Amino acid sequence: MSGKKTNKSKIRNTLIVTGVIAVAALAAYILLFMPMNNVPSWISNIRDAFYASAFYSDFENNFITDNRYTYLLKGLGVTFEVTFFAVLLGIVLGVIVALVRSSYDTLKEELRGFGKGILYFFYKLCGVYLTVIRGTPVVVQLMIIYFVIFASSNNKVMVAVLAFGINSGAYVAEIIRGGIMSIDKGQFEAGRSLGFGYVRTMAFIIIPQAFKTVLPALANEFIVLIKETSVSGYVGLQELTKGGDIIRSRTYSAFMPLIAVAVIYLVIVMFFSWLVSLLERRLKNSER
Amino acid sequence: MSADNNVIISVKDLKKHYNDGEVKALDGVTTDIKKGEVVVVIGPSGSGKSTFLRSLNLLERPTGGTITFDGNDIMSPATDINKLRQKMGMVFQHFNLFPHLTILRNMTIAPMKLHGLSKEEAEKKALALLERVGLADRANAYPSQLSGGQKQRIAIVRALAMDPEVMLFDEPTSALDPEMVGEVLEVMKNLAKAGMTMVCVTHEMGFAREVGTRVVFMDCGRIIEENTPEQIFTNPQNERLQAFLQKVL
Ligand SMILES: Nc1ncnc2c1ncn2[C@@H]1O[C@H](COP(=O)(O)OP(=O)(O)O)[C@@H](O)[C@H]1O
Ligand SMILES: [Mg+2]
Repeated sequence: MSGKKTNKSKIRNTLIVTGVIAVAALAAYILLFMPMNNVPSWISNIRDAFYASAFYSDFENNFITDNRYTYLLKGLGVTFEVTFFAVLLGIVLGVIVALVRSSYDTLKEELRGFGKGILYFFYKLCGVYLTVIRGTPVVVQLMIIYFVIFASSNNKVMVAVLAFGINSGAYVAEIIRGGIMSIDKGQFEAGRSLGFGYVRTMAFIIIPQAFKTVLPALANEFIVLIKETSVSGYVGLQELTKGGDIIRSRTYSAFMPLIAVAVIYLVIVMFFSWLVSLLERRLKNSER
Repeated sequence: MSADNNVIISVKDLKKHYNDGEVKALDGVTTDIKKGEVVVVIGPSGSGKSTFLRSLNLLERPTGGTITFDGNDIMSPATDINKLRQKMGMVFQHFNLFPHLTILRNMTIAPMKLHGLSKEEAEKKALALLERVGLADRANAYPSQLSGGQKQRIAIVRALAMDPEVMLFDEPTSALDPEMVGEVLEVMKNLAKAGMTMVCVTHEMGFAREVGTRVVFMDCGRIIEENTPEQIFTNPQNERLQAFLQKVL
């Protein structure tokens, strides 16, 4: 019940903030920029004052001169590109690791000999992966991949996708494992008792149910990654944050570009959080 | 292998120990199940009834003894347990229908994937089975839309869709509201009449008496007494069985 309540108030807050931003942006556009046949004198006074203000010259200097806003736009594109592919890689890795871990847990009594040895090896390997990735900062992983492993490559987007994908995979693995474990053991037994082997029981019975329960958490991983990729500047990748920082280094004014970067992240995160909450509600309503 | 070729499942000295023998869920169970028999397993809670039943299709891995099914040692590494399980339908206390699939899909997924039936064949068969238990109109519903009694009837026909040689029931009516017990027992009774070999763990003594061909009384991981329902209920020998019957009848 309380979960429902917090979810509702989260949606409401999102709506309020989005509404305020939208109204403010619309009002600013009408007052300052909208082309009009006859500009009323009070509006033209506002416009004159605006164009003469320090705020506007600061704004112009940071975003309009030399088309500096394109640093933000292109950076945003790179942020989305890296996040999108990193999430895909993370889900693929996470599913594999989760399956290896939980299949060893379930099959260790059933399997013998060679098969068990192989599965045990991968089980341990996945354990090392989880420990190392979750025990070190993502920035350090990113720098190691860029400066050590791919020292000869200059494809920064690929490096970032790898680093964040590999990092995210460790967290996704635990999300998916939790999802698999949340499915009633009777489901597994029913599948096996019909004659399905382990793999088919997982594929037809367990995974489809587990996937549904972890879908919101996976979507959240996307939101987390959008923000996490902001450290990509450490390897010189020009994503959104680095874009704002480049503007700052050109104009020597920090306020506007950094606040602009923050607002862009906020709007994106709020938008996707809203989508996730819609998804959660739909899944809850189709309780089957 | 067995002298009596009517024997379908043969259990010898079956043991299941937990914690290095500290808990003996099964402590040496020996019995044969013949084709067409309806064996009703009774006994107090914790006596090992579920462990025994679940060992028969290896959902539980025994720690000692042997089980042969159609002459095959089911615990031998050479045995394909998935193939054997297709011949042993199982019905659980909590139904365990697949909640993400429709009733029809619940019943067709195994025959299609494991027996290679086409969608049409599998659905035709499923619908005939649904007809038999009076639920043909629910074919496209999801399990969450059914009552407990309906769910259990579906669970039974889902298992039947695989044409099993034996049906195993683990307290199929224990999770049901009292008014729904009858409809499930009715389905089981008809199944027995049709000649199905059945092993039923149940507390329904009326069913045991009316439908069972043999009643097995278990306590502390052993079979204490087994006999015809007639003998078990009117002439129990062991005092633990007498005490048990006193409580449940
Ligand atoms: N995983 C386990 N670990 C330890 N003891 C267990 C485990 N599973 C079952 N048992 C014990 O085995 C005994 C038999 O259980 P069960 O076969 O479920 O009995 P029944 O179905 O007759 O009620 C019980 O005493 C139970 O506590
Ligand atoms: Mg039991």
